[in-house]
Order: sequence, then structure tokens, then C-alpha cells
Amino acid sequence: MAFEELTDRFNAIFKKLRGQARLTESNMDDMLKEIRIALLQADVNYKVVKDFIAKVREESIHQKVLETLSPSQMVVKIVDEQLTELLGPEDATLNIPSTRPIVIMLVGLQGTGKTTTAGKLSYYFKHKLNKRVLLAACDVYRPAAIEQLQTVGQQVGADVFSLGSDVDPVEIASKAKEKAFNDHYGALIIDTAGRLQIDDQLMDELNNMKEAVSPEEILLVVDAMAGQDAVNVAMAFHEKLDLTGIIMTKLDGDSRGGAALSIKYMSGVPIKFSGTGEKMTDLDIFHPDRMAERILGMGDVLTLVEQAEDNISEKELKKTANRAMSGKFDLNDMVDNLKSVQRMGPLSSIMGMIPGMPKIDKSQMERVEKETVQIEAIVNSMTPEEREHPEILKYSRKQRIANGSGTTLADINRVLKQYEMMKDQMKQMEKYTKSGKMPPNMGGLMR
Amino acid sequence: MGLISFIKDKFNKKDKEVDEKYVKGMDKSRKNFSSKLSSLSRSYKKVNQEYFDELEEILIESDVGVSLTIKIIEEVMNEAKKRKVDNPDDINEILIEKMFYEYTSKGDIPSDIRFSSSGPTVLLVVGANGVGKTTSIAKLAYRYKNMGKSVMLCAADTFRAAAVEQLTIWANRLEIPIVNGDSNADPASVAYEGAKKAKEDNIDLLIVDTAGRLQTKTNLMDELGKIKRVLGKEIPGAPHETFLIIDGTTGQNGVIQAKQFNEVAEISGIVLTKLDGTSKGGIILAIRDELGIPVRFVGVGEKIDDLVEFDLDQYLYGLCVGA
Repeated sequence: MAFEELTDRFNAIFKKLRGQARLTESNMDDMLKEIRIALLQADVNYKVVKDFIAKVREESIHQKVLETLSPSQMVVKIVDEQLTELLGPEDATLNIPSTRPIVIMLVGLQGTGKTTTAGKLSYYFKHKLNKRVLLAACDVYRPAAIEQLQTVGQQVGADVFSLGSDVDPVEIASKAKEKAFNDHYGALIIDTAGRLQIDDQLMDELNNMKEAVSPEEILLVVDAMAGQDAVNVAMAFHEKLDLTGIIMTKLDGDSRGGAALSIKYMSGVPIKFSGTGEKMTDLDIFHPDRMAERILGMGDVLTLVEQAEDNISEKELKKTANRAMSGKFDLNDMVDNLKSVQRMGPLSSIMGMIPGMPKIDKSQMERVEKETVQIEAIVNSMTPEEREHPEILKYSRKQRIANGSGTTLADINRVLKQYEMMKDQMKQMEKYTKSGKMPPNMGGLMR
Repeated sequence: MGLISFIKDKFNKKDKEVDEKYVKGMDKSRKNFSSKLSSLSRSYKKVNQEYFDELEEILIESDVGVSLTIKIIEEVMNEAKKRKVDNPDDINEILIEKMFYEYTSKGDIPSDIRFSSSGPTVLLVVGANGVGKTTSIAKLAYRYKNMGKSVMLCAADTFRAAAVEQLTIWANRLEIPIVNGDSNADPASVAYEGAKKAKEDNIDLLIVDTAGRLQTKTNLMDELGKIKRVLGKEIPGAPHETFLIIDGTTGQNGVIQAKQFNEVAEISGIVLTKLDGTSKGGIILAIRDELGIPVRFVGVGEKIDDLVEFDLDQYLYGLCVGA
């Protein structure tokens, strides 16, 4: 996940700091130096880093009076505050008019993911906001760009407006707007060709398009892997077009993403969405405060909760919870549970969001995912009675299940042991939900 | 010393037209870097710590990366002390010399594709999403077709919407054959068909396009390994070259990209794209430093002939010297 490495680095820095009783000027300098390197390696812009370090130093000296806090907590607090400011400060939403379609222009460099993002936004409008979407194919330059948008439109169930590749993009946009208004669409999303910010002719084209369709939103699509120059690119687009927002793409692959973070800081244009995968559902609303907390290793619990809400019906959740609390947690529930967790996305992205979760690497993660499949196979080979009362499982029953599921006796025993552990933890959950903490041995599930 | 004049000399002797394209494409990057460097040296009579700090800033802002930058600056400082040099122009020359040495000391600097002595030579092209793989393939095909080679394309990006169509349009424009599968077909099977057809038709160069993938997606990276194996089974020694396409605007993630792709596909060279913008592509120096992978070609525009051989002299010249 993005920012993970930044989080690791901060953790390492603060760990070092934790051993020292007081924050002195010299250890402060050491720490700032490391924060600086960490931020630069994360592609945060040089000038932004400079500002950031200066602010943290200033705040640290200023807040020295707060001696009730330990130095590390104090610096965590300051860095957290400054990072939130750098990323945010507030959630940004789309400016959707109530009586007519919203018009959105997507702009950016080549290869940042504009067309894919157009598809994801369509999906978002259709399924989250219940609006009919018209996509306008205004990239008349790149070979097969129109075909790509048409395919994407089909995937998400959005209509695509195209006049081929021999028509002026500004005219295509205007005609698309006419159609969107006449046919009462909920949203018009205009996909434009990728262009360099120094290409005056193509930048003028965007400006003319803006004049022609007066969009509610002009969103700059930025690759999360971009380097130092991203800020200059964004500033040039902003000066020309007065951007209303930024969408960071490819956040699922990059482990850093400091460029987009710098753009927000330098331009003041808010980051509104982030792309987190290749599927059309992989578009998240960007929450600066949560991201800052995640950088600091506090975990992104809120996003996790929202994903859970999206993917697990409340009824289902209540059922499991009630059964667990009353000690009636059986193997069916265990499989249900594992399945709902899987629906929330790959385990790796979920674990990253839970604070205090042990660090596990990719291969471990894959093993766990494979194990889940095996558990399902084993439970499916049991009779309903066995699933509800696992205690009746003796040698011959186990042997039958092993044969049926293509596993071994040892596998069966391991699953049963895991079930016992989960059952115990479920019982403890009640205690912990009251105190608001995670059970300390949650990590046991991963082994 | 005298490296700059050495570069300039070399530069002048080269094919004028190619040079101009290169310099024109790199103009924005070059002006940015060199004007910073020369205005820096103008504002200092003697070099002090602050001067080195500003040099550091220039390198980091070119995406060279913080650890390599610190290493280079340290070496420049030591060298300056040893030679008792303290005027900015000489310091700048030492800087370029160091960067030149850093790069050349890491191994060969080939550029053109090394053709196999018999049978089709296979070039596998890989990279992250949106870096410019398909466009680079078209440019490479054009280049080798013009050199008199028979070129065939293989569209193994069956995942992205309209990727096959995009490559097909290029093949038609270039009037060269293309092998493609249905969308969502197994990419390895398309690669197999490509290799088979290239052998049958006695093709000189088969260029295999693959879907963009982020290096974190293990299953997609495994798929790449499979494509590679399939090619090798059909044509011994294939792929003879595997190019990783790196977007010139890429930041420090480029090193991780190169590392991961290298592990599954043994990268033999890099094509650095989109250098006609304002980005400097300094990440290639960090990649070379850590992994020794050389840059082979540079994309400097959107036209079919906007691809030039990577030439270290020219690259550093473009970055550091000039008006």
C-alpha cells in the first residue's frame, strides 16, 4: 500500500527517539534529518520537504513547554498535525448541481490513467449516486483511445459519445454536453488526451474546451509514482485551467506517493479520489486525515470500517456477532467470517489498515489466502451436524473429510485448532469492544 | 579534466540530425538543469557548504534520488578538497565527471538490439501501466524496419481495453505483420503463437507487447515469467532482449520497479520515455547505480521517429552543459 514505507521509516525514527528521555536540540536535528531523507525518498517535493521540516522544528521548539508528553509522543503529534495539513486539510467532495448534469473534465499527462479513471468515476456515479453517465471521447490523438473508452463504458454501463477522431475535441465536448442536457443524464465525464503541460497548443485546446462546456469539475489525474517534477506539471495545469481537484492513480502499486501529496500542498487543490486497483470498483474517496494517521502507523481503521460496511450486510454481521457473543460460534460461522473478510479485498490491504497488526510479507499473505480456500474445502466436506458440533469429529470422520477435501488428517486438526482459537477470541471480543481495543493476540490468526 | 570539451567534441562529430532531435527533445529538461547550474555558479565566487547544498537540491529535483545524490556530492567535495579547487565552474566539471564515471563503471553501455546469429530475435517489452510501452514498440519497430529488418509485432496485452487495437493500428501504419489473440486470451499463449509465426515466416525481429502491471501484483509478475519461458521454449535463447519501459516522470519508485521486473524477467535494458517534458529522468542513474541496468533508448516525442539511442555523453551534456 502507498505510504507504507514512509510509515515504516517514521516508526523506526520514533523507536530510536523513544529510548531517549528528553528531546534535545541535537537529537531533534538527527531526527529531522531522517524525516527529511524519508520524505525525499517518498518523492515528496524538495521544497515541500524544506517547508515541512522547518515547520516541525518550529513547532517542536514552540511546544517545548508541553513537558507532560514524552518527546516521541510530542513529535508524533507535531508530525501528524503537519502532515494532515499538508495532505488536507478537509475531505473534498464533488460540486454536483441539483437540477442538471454535472460536467467533469479529466486532464493530465500521458499514461496517468485518465480513461480508466473515467470508467471508475462512471461506476461511482452509477452505483453510489444513482446517476446515469455519459462519457465523452475527446482523445482524438492516441490510436485506439476511443475504442478503449467504449470498452470501459460497456464494462460500467455508461453511454459513450464519440464523433470519431477527425473532429475537434472542443466540438465533441460541446455536442456531448448538449446530449447530456437534452437526454437528462446525471453526469457528463469528458476524457481528454494526455498532454504535456508545456505543449501550448494542446493546453489552449483544454482551455477552449473549458470555455465551451463550463464544467463543474476539472480534475487532474496524477500518477502516484510521479517524481519531483509532478509539482511543476500540476502547477502549470492549475494556472491554465483553475483545477478543482486531483485524483491520484496507481496507489495500489506504489509504496510511497509523496508527489501527489506535494501537489496538494503547493497548489492548494484538494485530492478528491484515489485509484487503488485495476477493477472499476477500485476508486476511493480520499481522506487526508486518515492518510496522515496511516503514515504515522496509526492505521486506517475508518476506511476499513467503511469497506466492511460496503461488503458485509449488517444482518450478516449481527448474526455472527450475536452467535459469537453467546458462545454459539461454529464452523459455518468461521467460513462465513473468512469469506466476508475476503470480500473486503485482498487480505494484505486490509491488514495494512489495522493498527498493531503484526507485519507480514507478501508470501505469508498468499499462504494465508490459500489456507482460507483449504479451510472452505474442508468444512464443505463435513455434514451439517459436524459443522455445528465439531466436537463429534473423531478419527474415522476426520479421515473421511480428509479424503473428501483432498487434504490430510494434519490439515483437519490444524483447522480445528484454528477454529478453537477463533472461538476463544470471539468470546473475548465482547470485553474488548467495551474497552475499544483490539485483542492482543489477533496476530495468532495469521499463523 | 577537460571532460566537457571531450563531450562537446564527441557531440559535434555525431550525426547532426539525430543530435538536434535529441537536444530539441531534451531542451526543457536541459535548460532547467543547466540554467540552474550556471546561475548557481554565477552567484558564487567561492564554493562553500551552501553551494553543495544547492547542488544537492538540483540533483534531487532531477529525481536522481537522495542516497545517490548524497554519495555523489560527498565524492565531489572530497575531490575538490584533494585538488584544492574552490571555484564553481571547476566544481561543476568534477560533478559531471563523477556522474559520468559512476555510470560507465557499472558495466557495458550497449544501445542497439543485439541480434541473434540465427532465427528470429525476440524482444520482450515490459513495464508498469501507462509508461508508454505500446508507443515505444511502434517506434522500435519503425527503427528496425528502416534498417532493413523484417519486424513482427505480438500483442500479448490482452487485458487492457483496446490495447490490441492500439498495437494493430500501429502495425497497419507501419505495414508490418501482427499476431494477436482474443481479448482476455492467455497472454502466454499469444506469445507462443507469435514465436511460432515468427519462426515460420523467417522474421528477423519479433517484438512482444505485454500488459502494464504494477510490480506489487505477484500473479501478474508470475504471468510475465510464464511468457518468458514460453518464448524460450519455442525459440532457443528467447527473449534475447527484455526492455523495461520507464516513464521519465517516475520518481524513486522506479528503482523498485526495475528491481522487481529484473527478478522475474532479467531486464537487459531500459527505454526512458516522455523526456520531451520537463522531467529529467534522473531515476535512471539510481537504477544504474543499484542494478547496473543500462538505458538503451530514449523517447523524446509523440512522433514515430521520436526515439533515439541513449548516449551517455549526450544525456549528461543535455543535462549539464549547453546554453
